[in-house]
Amino acid sequence: MYTSPAGDRFFVVDSHVHAWDATPANQANRYGEGFINCFYDYHRNLSPEDRVWPLEEFWTQPEERILKDLFEDGYVDKAIFQPTYLTDFYVNGFNTTEQDGAIAERHPDRFIVNGSWDPRDGEAGLVKLEQLAERWSLRGVKLYTAEWKGDSKGWKLSDPWAYRYLEKCLELGIRNIHVHKGPTIYPLNRDAFDVADVDDAASAFPDLNFVVEHVGLPRLEDFCWIATQEPNVYGGLAVAMPFIHSRPRYFAQIVGELLYWIGEDRITFASDYAIWTPQWLVERFVDFDYPEDLTEYPELTTEVKRKILGLNAAKLYDIDVPEDLRVPGDQDDTVGANPVPVA
Amino acid sequence: MRPRVLEPGRRVVEPGSRVVEPVEATPTTAVLAALATVRDPELDEPITDLDFVGGVEVTGASVAVELRLPTYFCAPNFAYLMVADAYDACARLPGVEQVSVVLVDHFASEEINAGVAAARGFPGSFPGLTDAGDTDLAELRLTFLRKAHRAAQEPVAAALLRDGRPVTDLAHLSLGDAAPGPELDRLRRRRAELGLPSDDAAPLLVDEDGAPVAEPDLPLQLRLARTTRISIEGNAGLCRGLLGVRYGLSG
Repeated sequence: MYTSPAGDRFFVVDSHVHAWDATPANQANRYGEGFINCFYDYHRNLSPEDRVWPLEEFWTQPEERILKDLFEDGYVDKAIFQPTYLTDFYVNGFNTTEQDGAIAERHPDRFIVNGSWDPRDGEAGLVKLEQLAERWSLRGVKLYTAEWKGDSKGWKLSDPWAYRYLEKCLELGIRNIHVHKGPTIYPLNRDAFDVADVDDAASAFPDLNFVVEHVGLPRLEDFCWIATQEPNVYGGLAVAMPFIHSRPRYFAQIVGELLYWIGEDRITFASDYAIWTPQWLVERFVDFDYPEDLTEYPELTTEVKRKILGLNAAKLYDIDVPEDLRVPGDQDDTVGANPVPVA
Repeated sequence: MRPRVLEPGRRVVEPGSRVVEPVEATPTTAVLAALATVRDPELDEPITDLDFVGGVEVTGASVAVELRLPTYFCAPNFAYLMVADAYDACARLPGVEQVSVVLVDHFASEEINAGVAAARGFPGSFPGLTDAGDTDLAELRLTFLRKAHRAAQEPVAAALLRDGRPVTDLAHLSLGDAAPGPELDRLRRRRAELGLPSDDAAPLLVDEDGAPVAEPDLPLQLRLARTTRISIEGNAGLCRGLLGVRYGLSG
């Protein structure tokens, strides 16, 4: 929970965190090295100077550090682990469900463990997903469409096998599908960041929620366009958040555009830890307002910030929010809840 | 930051440390001017402005260009287009007989550099990984040219609205009604590249096929144009920042 200098209190769900191992010993090849270096450039380009870590600290974070960065310093009430396997790049994988789960099991009140699947794994993968769902009580999965697998450089959510997996998710009670686009896809001549496949899948599976990570960046316009048409499409702010420091005007435009197109109920906060840490992101966001000349966007009120910082994700994952931290009139099933005074 | 010039040919150093540039068949400035016509299709900016040109070397009739990108994992199809376009731009220069364009520090450098040098096309450079028939990434290029065109309409329209024009008017104006300036020039260029009319009499706002935007569609189309512009400009800013930290460039 975060209490602002003005005395406003915010329930914080960090919807996208990792516990990764990118140490040189785990790097399987030049791609593994290139991948973590790419993350590190994002980290040092978009972090405030005093928050930049040496590369060695960025390779992997011990459990104590993760807990400190997220919960002790970072104001986070609940963090959602999003795995990114990358088993073609890292000997033991970059960030598997099991790696995350081991930590989460020691701190069950702190973390939600998401799983993952890959449609290219066919029937065997479906069985594996069942086991994963049972082992970790999955309510969500994180999918990386640019994941390499042998000769394949990626896949689409509209592939027939992907639909088989989405059906399996429905069957297993996995409701939240986090989609992360990357630079490669099959076929490689197409735009890998295109989110049209999310549009197709969201139409075909209205009972699943599709959280497009990085709010579709670098295709913000395509994301906004599909999200206005599909009520079950959400925008995750991972990677967009740190612009609040380095390029606040751009950040204001992203948030303003999102509020205009999809509204305040379908945007979720995330640090993308360990690329960034939540402490400064939460503080800056609560303090944030549009530059004076950007007058055309929906207001960024304390209530809107409450929803983005935690309440929207809490709804997706049935996280219990203390009553005094909710937004009045925002409960799904509570009619006439007591209004909460807003300072 | 200006691209560094890689060991330019036979440099003559005379006593008194005055440097005399040898007479080259094609001056480096001409190569840079040629490269300035090459755009990043996603960011809609010249690769020279984006600092993607790491070096240029002219030796006699040979031109060697080094390109660099913001990340190791930049999308390989866009990377390929920039390398191929840079190659073609240099090859068109008078007096140039040999061209080498080398993309450095990229996961697919080898495939792209060899593919462009041998004129293999994108599918030939990445066998088995592409759709059949799309030999020169024409579809990808068109998609992003259309985005660039849509984004370019927005500042021109916004200027008219700032001058007090009602939004419904915009459906009935032509390019000649807009204020002259770099933004209008840019819009005309993008439109011409799409093969659409770009003269003064051409409609101010058109869809990707050239049909004028009708009055009822105006507000939504203008909003979408703005979101597109913000997305492209924001992306370009991110890429500049990443390139800066990657190569230690100042500002």
